[in-house]
Amino acid sequence: MGGSRMVELATDLTVREVARAAETVLGRSVQVTPETDIARDLAVDSLALMNIVMELEDRFDLSIPLDRLATVQTVGDLSELINKLRVKA
Amino acid sequence: MGLLDKHLGYRAPLDGIRAAGADPSSVRFDAVLSPTEGILDGKQVILLGTNNYLGLTFDPECIEASAAAVREWGTGTTGSRFANGTYSGHTDLERALAGFYGRKHAMVFTTGYQANLGGISGLVGRGDHLILDADSHASIYDAARLSQAEVIRFRHNDPEDLHKRLRRMGDQAKGSLIVVEGIYSMIGDVAPLKEMVAVKNEMGAYLLVDEAHSMGVLGAKGRGLAEAAGVEDDVDFIIGTFSKSLGSVGGFLVSDAENFDLLRIVSRPYMFTASLPPAVIASTLVALKRCEADVGLRAQLAANADQLYDGLREMGYAVGPHASPITAVVMPDQAMAVTMWNALLANGVYLNLAIPPATPNNLSLLRSSVSAAHTPEQIGTVLDVFEKLGLHYGLLQRSRRASA
Repeated sequence: MGGSRMVELATDLTVREVARAAETVLGRSVQVTPETDIARDLAVDSLALMNIVMELEDRFDLSIPLDRLATVQTVGDLSELINKLRVKA
Repeated sequence: MGLLDKHLGYRAPLDGIRAAGADPSSVRFDAVLSPTEGILDGKQVILLGTNNYLGLTFDPECIEASAAAVREWGTGTTGSRFANGTYSGHTDLERALAGFYGRKHAMVFTTGYQANLGGISGLVGRGDHLILDADSHASIYDAARLSQAEVIRFRHNDPEDLHKRLRRMGDQAKGSLIVVEGIYSMIGDVAPLKEMVAVKNEMGAYLLVDEAHSMGVLGAKGRGLAEAAGVEDDVDFIIGTFSKSLGSVGGFLVSDAENFDLLRIVSRPYMFTASLPPAVIASTLVALKRCEADVGLRAQLAANADQLYDGLREMGYAVGPHASPITAVVMPDQAMAVTMWNALLANGVYLNLAIPPATPNNLSLLRSSVSAAHTPEQIGTVLDVFEKLGLHYGLLQRSRRASA
Protein backbone atom coordinates (compact mmCIF):
# COMPACT_ATOMS: atom_id res chain seq x y z
CA MET A 1 0.00 0.00 0.00
CA GLY A 2 1.21 3.48 -0.88
CA GLY A 3 0.18 4.86 2.52
CA SER A 4 2.21 2.41 4.57
CA ARG A 5 5.18 2.90 2.23
CA MET A 6 4.95 6.64 2.93
CA VAL A 7 4.99 6.02 6.69
CA GLU A 8 8.00 3.73 6.28
CA LEU A 9 9.81 6.38 4.29
CA ALA A 10 9.07 9.05 6.89
CA THR A 11 10.38 6.70 9.59
CA ASP A 12 13.58 6.08 7.60
CA LEU A 13 14.14 9.80 7.24
CA THR A 14 13.53 10.40 10.94
CA VAL A 15 15.91 7.60 11.89
CA ARG A 16 18.53 9.21 9.68
CA GLU A 17 17.97 12.58 11.39
CA VAL A 18 18.30 10.93 14.80
CA ALA A 19 21.64 9.51 13.67
CA ARG A 20 22.80 12.93 12.45
CA ALA A 21 21.72 14.61 15.68
CA ALA A 22 23.56 11.93 17.69
CA GLU A 23 26.69 12.50 15.60
CA THR A 24 26.53 16.25 16.22
CA VAL A 25 26.20 15.79 19.98
CA LEU A 26 28.62 12.87 20.39
CA GLY A 27 31.22 14.18 17.96
CA ARG A 28 31.67 10.76 16.32
CA SER A 29 29.97 8.82 13.55
CA VAL A 30 27.26 6.34 14.50
CA GLN A 31 25.51 3.49 12.69
CA VAL A 32 21.88 3.11 13.64
CA THR A 33 18.81 1.11 12.75
CA PRO A 34 15.36 1.48 14.35
CA GLU A 35 16.35 -1.38 16.67
CA THR A 36 19.49 0.36 18.00
CA ASP A 37 19.29 0.68 21.80
CA ILE A 38 20.23 4.30 22.51
CA ALA A 39 21.83 3.83 25.93
CA ARG A 40 23.43 0.42 25.38
CA ASP A 41 24.47 0.43 21.70
CA LEU A 42 25.35 4.11 21.36
CA ALA A 43 26.71 4.53 24.92
CA VAL A 44 24.51 7.60 25.34
CA ASP A 45 23.89 8.76 28.92
CA SER A 46 20.79 10.69 30.02
CA LEU A 47 22.48 14.06 29.52
CA ALA A 48 23.66 13.24 25.98
CA LEU A 49 20.18 11.95 25.13
CA MET A 50 18.67 15.26 26.27
CA ASN A 51 21.19 17.09 24.08
CA ILE A 52 20.31 14.89 21.11
CA VAL A 53 16.63 15.68 21.68
CA MET A 54 17.44 19.41 21.74
CA GLU A 55 19.23 19.01 18.42
CA LEU A 56 16.21 17.16 16.99
CA GLU A 57 13.81 19.85 18.21
CA ASP A 58 15.73 22.32 16.04
CA ARG A 59 15.94 20.00 13.01
CA PHE A 60 12.18 19.39 13.06
CA ASP A 61 11.19 22.78 14.52
CA LEU A 62 9.25 20.87 17.15
CA SER A 63 8.88 20.71 20.94
CA ILE A 64 9.79 17.30 22.37
CA PRO A 65 8.94 17.38 26.09
CA LEU A 66 11.51 15.44 28.14
CA ASP A 67 8.88 13.62 30.13
CA ARG A 68 7.95 11.81 26.90
CA LEU A 69 11.40 10.18 26.81
CA ALA A 70 10.47 7.81 29.64
CA THR A 71 9.24 5.24 27.11
CA VAL A 72 12.06 5.77 24.59
CA GLN A 73 14.64 3.01 24.51
CA THR A 74 15.51 2.51 20.83
CA VAL A 75 16.14 4.82 17.91
CA GLY A 76 12.86 3.53 16.49
CA ASP A 77 11.01 4.60 19.67
CA LEU A 78 12.49 8.09 19.38
CA SER A 79 11.63 8.35 15.67
CA GLU A 80 8.10 7.21 16.37
CA LEU A 81 7.72 9.83 19.11
CA ILE A 82 8.95 12.55 16.75
CA ASN A 83 6.60 11.46 13.97
CA LYS A 84 3.70 11.40 16.41
CA LEU A 85 4.51 14.91 17.63
CA ARG A 86 4.89 16.15 14.03
CA VAL A 87 1.41 14.95 13.16
CA LYS A 88 0.04 16.78 16.19
CA ALA A 89 1.91 20.02 15.45
CA MET B 1 22.19 -11.35 40.37
CA GLY B 2 21.86 -8.47 42.83
CA LEU B 3 19.69 -5.40 42.63
CA LEU B 4 22.77 -3.20 42.35
CA ASP B 5 24.12 -5.03 39.30
CA LYS B 6 22.53 -2.44 37.03
CA HIS B 7 25.03 0.12 38.38
CA LEU B 8 28.08 -2.01 37.56
CA GLY B 9 28.91 0.28 34.65
CA TYR B 10 30.18 2.71 37.32
CA ARG B 11 32.43 0.09 38.98
CA ALA B 12 35.46 0.43 36.70
CA PRO B 13 35.48 4.26 36.59
CA LEU B 14 35.14 4.49 40.39
CA ASP B 15 37.85 1.90 40.98
CA GLY B 16 40.05 3.74 38.51
CA ILE B 17 39.70 6.99 40.44
CA ARG B 18 40.34 5.17 43.73
CA ALA B 19 43.46 3.55 42.28
CA ALA B 20 44.86 7.00 41.46
CA GLY B 21 44.85 8.01 45.13
CA ALA B 22 42.15 9.46 47.34
CA ASP B 23 38.48 8.95 46.54
CA PRO B 24 36.50 12.20 46.24
CA SER B 25 33.33 10.39 47.27
CA SER B 26 34.81 9.47 50.64
CA VAL B 27 37.12 12.33 51.66
CA ARG B 28 37.05 12.32 55.46
CA PHE B 29 38.15 15.31 57.50
CA ASP B 30 39.70 14.56 60.90
CA ALA B 31 38.93 18.12 61.95
CA VAL B 32 37.68 21.39 60.55
CA LEU B 33 39.65 24.25 62.07
CA SER B 34 37.97 27.26 60.47
CA PRO B 35 35.96 28.15 57.34
CA THR B 36 39.20 27.87 55.37
CA GLU B 37 41.25 25.13 57.04
CA GLY B 38 40.80 21.46 57.84
CA ILE B 39 42.82 18.38 58.75
CA LEU B 40 42.83 15.50 56.24
CA ASP B 41 44.80 12.35 57.11
CA GLY B 42 46.68 14.29 59.77
CA LYS B 43 47.65 17.01 57.31
CA GLN B 44 46.43 20.60 57.32
CA VAL B 45 44.73 21.66 54.07
CA ILE B 46 43.28 24.91 52.74
CA LEU B 47 39.56 24.46 52.08
CA LEU B 48 38.93 25.79 48.59
CA GLY B 49 35.83 23.85 47.64
CA THR B 50 33.19 24.17 50.33
CA ASN B 51 30.85 26.94 49.02
CA ASN B 52 31.35 28.74 52.34
CA TYR B 53 31.16 32.07 50.53
CA LEU B 54 30.84 34.41 53.51
CA GLY B 55 32.85 32.19 55.86
CA LEU B 56 30.12 32.27 58.53
CA THR B 57 30.34 28.62 59.69
CA PHE B 58 32.53 29.66 62.64
CA ASP B 59 30.98 33.10 63.21
CA PRO B 60 30.82 33.47 67.01
CA GLU B 61 27.34 35.06 66.96
CA CYS B 62 25.95 32.28 64.73
CA ILE B 63 27.48 29.64 66.98
CA GLU B 64 26.09 31.28 70.15
CA ALA B 65 22.59 31.55 68.67
CA SER B 66 22.74 27.92 67.64
CA ALA B 67 23.96 26.75 71.06
CA ALA B 68 21.28 28.77 72.87
CA ALA B 69 18.56 27.33 70.63
CA VAL B 70 19.63 23.73 71.16
CA ARG B 71 19.52 24.25 74.93
CA GLU B 72 16.13 25.93 74.85
CA TRP B 73 14.36 23.88 72.16
CA GLY B 74 16.22 20.58 72.05
CA THR B 75 18.17 18.85 69.30
CA GLY B 76 15.41 18.29 66.75
CA THR B 77 11.75 18.69 65.85
CA THR B 78 11.37 14.92 65.26
CA GLY B 79 8.88 15.43 62.46
CA SER B 80 7.27 17.60 59.83
CA ARG B 81 5.70 21.00 60.42
CA PHE B 82 2.32 19.58 59.49
CA ALA B 83 2.51 16.71 61.97
CA ASN B 84 4.62 18.10 64.81
CA GLY B 85 3.82 21.78 64.54
CA THR B 86 5.88 24.83 63.72
CA TYR B 87 8.41 26.26 66.16
CA SER B 88 8.58 30.03 66.51
CA GLY B 89 12.02 29.99 64.89
CA HIS B 90 10.60 28.61 61.64
CA THR B 91 8.13 31.47 61.29
CA ASP B 92 10.72 34.03 62.45
CA LEU B 93 13.06 32.85 59.70
CA GLU B 94 10.30 32.84 57.08
CA ARG B 95 9.34 36.37 58.04
CA ALA B 96 12.99 37.47 57.93
CA LEU B 97 13.47 35.91 54.46
CA ALA B 98 10.31 37.54 53.09
CA GLY B 99 11.53 40.86 54.51
CA PHE B 100 15.04 40.40 53.10
CA TYR B 101 13.63 39.88 49.60
CA GLY B 102 10.77 42.37 49.98
CA ARG B 103 8.19 39.66 49.24
CA LYS B 104 4.91 38.75 50.87
CA HIS B 105 5.61 35.07 51.44
CA ALA B 106 8.41 32.67 52.29
CA MET B 107 8.60 29.01 53.13
CA VAL B 108 11.55 27.09 54.47
CA PHE B 109 12.60 23.60 53.35
CA THR B 110 14.90 21.13 55.06
CA THR B 111 17.59 21.20 52.36
CA GLY B 112 18.34 23.29 49.29
CA TYR B 113 17.74 20.22 47.13
CA GLN B 114 14.28 19.88 48.65
CA ALA B 115 13.57 23.58 48.11
CA ASN B 116 13.87 23.00 44.35
CA LEU B 117 12.13 19.65 44.53
CA GLY B 118 9.25 20.95 46.65
CA GLY B 119 9.06 24.48 45.26
CA ILE B 120 9.08 23.62 41.57
CA SER B 121 6.89 20.49 41.88
CA GLY B 122 4.42 22.56 43.89
CA LEU B 123 4.28 25.29 41.24
CA VAL B 124 3.87 23.13 38.13
CA GLY B 125 2.15 19.80 37.56
CA ARG B 126 0.71 17.58 34.86
CA GLY B 127 -0.32 19.68 31.87
CA ASP B 128 1.93 22.61 32.85
CA HIS B 129 5.11 23.54 31.00
CA LEU B 130 8.50 23.84 32.64
CA ILE B 131 11.33 25.49 30.71
CA LEU B 132 14.83 24.66 31.99
CA ASP B 133 18.32 25.88 31.23
CA ALA B 134 20.22 22.87 29.85
CA ASP B 135 22.87 23.14 32.59
CA SER B 136 20.37 23.14 35.46
CA HIS B 137 21.32 21.55 38.78
CA ALA B 138 20.26 17.94 39.40
CA SER B 139 17.70 19.11 41.97
CA ILE B 140 15.91 21.09 39.24
CA TYR B 141 15.85 18.09 36.90
CA ASP B 142 14.58 15.88 39.72
CA ALA B 143 11.91 18.48 40.51
CA ALA B 144 10.86 18.35 36.87
CA ARG B 145 10.36 14.60 37.07
CA LEU B 146 8.44 14.81 40.32
CA SER B 147 6.21 17.57 38.92
CA GLN B 148 5.15 15.49 35.86
CA ALA B 149 5.06 18.74 33.89
CA GLU B 150 6.07 18.86 30.23
CA VAL B 151 9.74 19.83 30.23
CA ILE B 152 11.58 21.74 27.50
CA ARG B 153 15.29 22.62 27.77
CA PHE B 154 16.97 25.64 26.22
CA ARG B 155 20.67 26.12 25.47
CA HIS B 156 22.65 27.25 28.51
CA ASN B 157 22.47 31.00 29.21
CA ASP B 158 21.06 31.66 25.72
CA PRO B 159 18.05 34.05 25.78
CA GLU B 160 17.59 33.78 22.00
CA ASP B 161 17.36 30.02 22.21
CA LEU B 162 14.87 30.39 25.08
CA HIS B 163 12.83 32.75 22.92
CA LYS B 164 12.87 30.34 19.98
CA ARG B 165 11.71 27.39 22.07
CA LEU B 166 8.93 29.38 23.72
CA ARG B 167 7.73 30.62 20.31
CA ARG B 168 7.70 27.03 19.10
CA MET B 169 5.32 26.13 21.94
CA GLY B 170 2.70 28.55 20.63
CA ASP B 171 -0.14 29.25 23.07
CA GLN B 172 1.41 26.95 25.66
CA ALA B 173 4.29 29.36 26.30
CA LYS B 174 1.96 31.67 28.18
CA GLY B 175 1.88 30.65 31.82
CA SER B 176 4.86 28.31 31.55
CA LEU B 177 7.55 28.45 34.23
CA ILE B 178 11.14 29.30 33.24
CA VAL B 179 13.83 28.23 35.71
CA VAL B 180 17.36 29.67 35.71
CA GLU B 181 20.19 29.85 38.24
CA GLY B 182 21.91 33.02 39.45
CA ILE B 183 25.41 31.56 39.37
CA TYR B 184 25.87 28.12 37.82
CA SER B 185 27.56 25.83 40.30
CA MET B 186 30.14 24.12 38.10
CA ILE B 187 31.68 26.92 36.01
CA GLY B 188 30.58 29.93 38.07
CA ASP B 189 29.00 31.72 35.13
CA VAL B 190 26.06 34.09 35.60
CA ALA B 191 22.71 34.01 33.77
CA PRO B 192 21.98 36.96 31.39
CA LEU B 193 18.96 37.75 33.52
CA LYS B 194 17.92 41.08 31.95
CA GLU B 195 17.62 39.44 28.54
CA MET B 196 15.83 36.43 30.03
CA VAL B 197 13.35 38.77 31.73
CA ALA B 198 12.61 40.50 28.43
CA VAL B 199 11.79 37.12 26.83
CA LYS B 200 9.71 36.05 29.81
CA ASN B 201 7.66 39.27 29.71
CA GLU B 202 7.12 39.08 25.96
CA MET B 203 5.91 35.49 26.15
CA GLY B 204 3.82 35.84 29.31
CA ALA B 205 5.75 33.18 31.22
CA TYR B 206 6.72 33.04 34.90
CA LEU B 207 10.33 33.19 36.02
CA LEU B 208 11.99 31.38 38.92
CA VAL B 209 15.61 32.14 39.81
CA ASP B 210 17.61 29.70 41.94
CA GLU B 211 20.00 31.99 43.82
CA ALA B 212 21.74 29.12 45.69
CA HIS B 213 25.24 30.23 44.70
CA SER B 214 24.50 33.96 44.23
CA MET B 215 22.75 34.81 47.51
CA GLY B 216 25.18 36.71 49.71
CA VAL B 217 27.51 36.96 46.72
CA LEU B 218 25.80 39.29 44.21
CA GLY B 219 23.80 42.50 44.72
CA ALA B 220 24.49 45.40 47.08
CA LYS B 221 22.39 43.74 49.81
CA GLY B 222 23.39 40.21 48.86
CA ARG B 223 20.00 39.24 47.47
CA GLY B 224 21.63 37.69 44.44
CA LEU B 225 21.60 38.05 40.67
CA ALA B 226 18.06 39.48 40.43
CA GLU B 227 19.16 42.36 42.65
CA ALA B 228 22.47 42.82 40.84
CA ALA B 229 20.72 42.86 37.45
CA GLY B 230 18.02 45.25 38.70
CA VAL B 231 15.15 42.97 37.70
CA GLU B 232 13.71 41.83 41.03
CA ASP B 233 10.21 43.05 40.15
CA ASP B 234 10.19 40.76 37.11
CA VAL B 235 11.24 37.62 38.97
CA ASP B 236 8.18 35.74 40.23
CA PHE B 237 9.86 33.17 42.47
CA ILE B 238 13.21 32.97 44.19
CA ILE B 239 14.65 29.76 45.58
CA GLY B 240 17.79 29.65 47.67
CA THR B 241 19.75 27.69 50.20
CA PHE B 242 21.17 28.14 53.69
CA SER B 243 24.03 25.75 53.04
CA LYS B 244 26.31 28.14 51.20
CA SER B 245 26.54 31.81 52.19
CA LEU B 246 24.49 31.28 55.36
CA GLY B 247 26.69 28.44 56.60
CA SER B 248 24.08 25.91 57.73
CA VAL B 249 21.61 23.68 55.87
CA GLY B 250 18.13 24.15 54.42
CA GLY B 251 16.45 26.03 51.61
CA PHE B 252 13.64 28.45 50.89
CA LEU B 253 11.14 29.78 48.38
CA VAL B 254 9.93 33.40 48.39
CA SER B 255 7.23 35.02 46.26
CA ASP B 256 4.31 37.43 46.12
CA ALA B 257 2.11 34.75 44.52
CA GLU B 258 -1.48 34.53 45.70
CA ASN B 259 -2.50 31.34 47.51
CA PHE B 260 1.12 30.73 48.46
CA ASP B 261 -0.05 29.04 51.67
CA LEU B 262 -1.50 26.16 49.64
CA LEU B 263 2.05 25.09 48.82
CA ARG B 264 2.39 23.93 52.41
CA ILE B 265 -0.17 21.20 51.86
CA VAL B 266 0.54 20.26 48.23
CA SER B 267 4.36 20.19 48.22
CA ARG B 268 5.31 16.65 49.16
CA PRO B 269 9.04 17.36 49.81
CA TYR B 270 7.87 20.05 52.26
CA MET B 271 5.10 18.10 53.93
CA PHE B 272 6.58 14.66 54.32
CA THR B 273 9.97 15.42 55.84
CA ALA B 274 11.15 16.56 59.25
CA SER B 275 11.50 20.32 59.65
CA LEU B 276 14.84 21.98 60.32
CA PRO B 277 16.18 21.65 63.90
CA PRO B 278 16.05 24.82 66.04
CA ALA B 279 19.85 25.14 66.19
CA VAL B 280 20.03 25.37 62.39
CA ILE B 281 17.19 27.88 62.22
CA ALA B 282 18.84 30.05 64.89
CA SER B 283 22.26 30.31 63.25
CA THR B 284 20.64 30.88 59.85
CA LEU B 285 18.65 33.84 61.19
CA VAL B 286 21.81 35.48 62.51
CA ALA B 287 23.72 34.68 59.30
CA LEU B 288 20.94 36.24 57.20
CA LYS B 289 21.28 39.50 59.16
CA ARG B 290 25.07 39.42 58.71
CA CYS B 291 24.63 38.69 55.01
CA GLU B 292 22.47 41.77 54.56
CA ALA B 293 24.36 44.17 56.81
CA ASP B 294 28.02 43.23 56.39
CA VAL B 295 28.88 44.71 53.00
CA GLY B 296 32.56 44.22 53.81
CA LEU B 297 32.17 40.44 53.57
CA ARG B 298 30.93 40.70 49.99
CA ALA B 299 33.72 43.08 49.03
CA GLN B 300 36.34 40.73 50.49
CA LEU B 301 34.75 37.76 48.72
CA ALA B 302 34.88 39.61 45.39
CA ALA B 303 38.52 40.59 45.94
CA ASN B 304 39.43 36.97 46.78
CA ALA B 305 37.55 35.69 43.74
CA ASP B 306 39.43 38.15 41.51
CA GLN B 307 42.79 37.17 43.02
CA LEU B 308 42.27 33.46 42.35
CA TYR B 309 40.64 33.84 38.93
CA ASP B 310 43.16 36.40 37.61
CA GLY B 311 46.09 34.44 39.03
CA LEU B 312 45.04 31.18 37.38
CA ARG B 313 44.18 32.81 34.09
CA GLU B 314 47.43 34.74 33.90
CA MET B 315 49.37 31.52 34.49
CA GLY B 316 47.69 30.07 31.42
CA TYR B 317 45.00 27.84 32.92
CA ALA B 318 41.66 27.59 31.10
CA VAL B 319 39.03 29.06 33.43
CA GLY B 320 35.41 30.27 33.12
CA PRO B 321 34.21 33.37 31.25
CA HIS B 322 34.52 35.75 34.20
CA ALA B 323 35.66 35.96 37.83
CA SER B 324 33.22 34.56 40.36
CA PRO B 325 33.56 32.91 43.77
CA ILE B 326 33.38 29.66 41.80
CA THR B 327 36.39 29.16 39.58
CA ALA B 328 36.62 26.00 37.52
CA VAL B 329 39.93 25.07 35.93
CA VAL B 330 39.38 23.01 32.78
CA MET B 331 41.61 19.93 32.63
CA PRO B 332 42.57 18.34 29.29
CA ASP B 333 40.99 15.02 30.31
CA GLN B 334 39.62 13.08 33.24
CA ALA B 335 42.88 11.27 33.99
CA MET B 336 44.75 14.57 34.35
CA ALA B 337 41.91 15.99 36.46
CA VAL B 338 42.20 13.05 38.86
CA THR B 339 46.01 13.32 38.93
CA MET B 340 45.93 17.06 39.60
CA TRP B 341 43.20 16.72 42.22
CA ASN B 342 45.32 14.21 44.15
CA ALA B 343 48.46 16.30 43.77
CA LEU B 344 46.67 19.43 44.99
CA LEU B 345 45.45 17.51 48.03
CA ALA B 346 48.96 16.18 48.71
CA ASN B 347 50.16 19.79 48.54
CA GLY B 348 47.58 21.04 51.04
CA VAL B 349 44.79 22.31 48.76
CA TYR B 350 41.32 20.76 48.93
CA LEU B 351 38.92 21.53 46.09
CA ASN B 352 36.32 19.61 44.05
CA LEU B 353 36.96 17.06 41.34
CA ALA B 354 34.08 17.54 38.90
CA ILE B 355 33.76 15.02 36.08
CA PRO B 356 31.08 13.95 33.59
CA PRO B 357 28.15 13.45 33.74
CA ALA B 358 27.97 16.01 36.58
CA THR B 359 29.63 18.67 34.42
CA PRO B 360 28.50 20.60 31.33
CA ASN B 361 29.91 19.62 27.90
CA ASN B 362 31.67 16.53 29.32
CA LEU B 363 34.35 18.73 30.84
CA SER B 364 36.70 17.48 33.54
CA LEU B 365 37.11 20.28 36.03
CA LEU B 366 38.94 21.27 39.17
CA ARG B 367 36.21 23.31 40.79
CA SER B 368 37.10 25.76 43.51
CA SER B 369 35.04 28.13 45.60
CA VAL B 370 36.59 30.99 47.56
CA SER B 371 35.36 32.45 50.83
CA ALA B 372 35.44 35.94 52.27
CA ALA B 373 37.36 34.26 55.10
CA HIS B 374 40.33 33.33 52.88
CA THR B 375 43.34 35.56 53.39
CA PRO B 376 45.26 36.88 50.37
CA GLU B 377 48.18 34.79 51.67
CA GLN B 378 46.12 31.59 51.52
CA ILE B 379 45.07 32.32 47.95
CA GLY B 380 48.69 33.14 47.14
CA THR B 381 49.67 29.71 48.50
CA VAL B 382 46.99 28.05 46.36
CA LEU B 383 48.30 29.87 43.26
CA ASP B 384 51.87 28.79 44.01
CA VAL B 385 50.77 25.15 44.28
CA PHE B 386 48.78 25.39 41.04
CA GLU B 387 51.83 26.82 39.28
CA LYS B 388 54.23 24.22 40.63
CA LEU B 389 51.95 21.34 39.66
CA GLY B 390 50.98 22.84 36.31
CA LEU B 391 54.66 23.04 35.33
CA HIS B 392 55.34 19.54 36.70
CA TYR B 393 52.54 17.95 34.70
CA GLY B 394 53.12 20.01 31.56
CA LEU B 395 49.86 21.95 31.82
CA LEU B 396 51.76 25.25 31.92
CA GLN B 397 54.62 26.22 29.65
CA ARG B 398 56.64 28.54 31.84
CA SER B 399 56.62 29.98 35.33
CA ARG B 400 55.43 33.48 36.14
CA ARG B 401 58.93 34.37 37.25
CA ALA B 402 60.42 33.27 33.93
CA SER B 403 57.81 35.14 31.89
CA ALA B 404 58.16 38.37 33.93
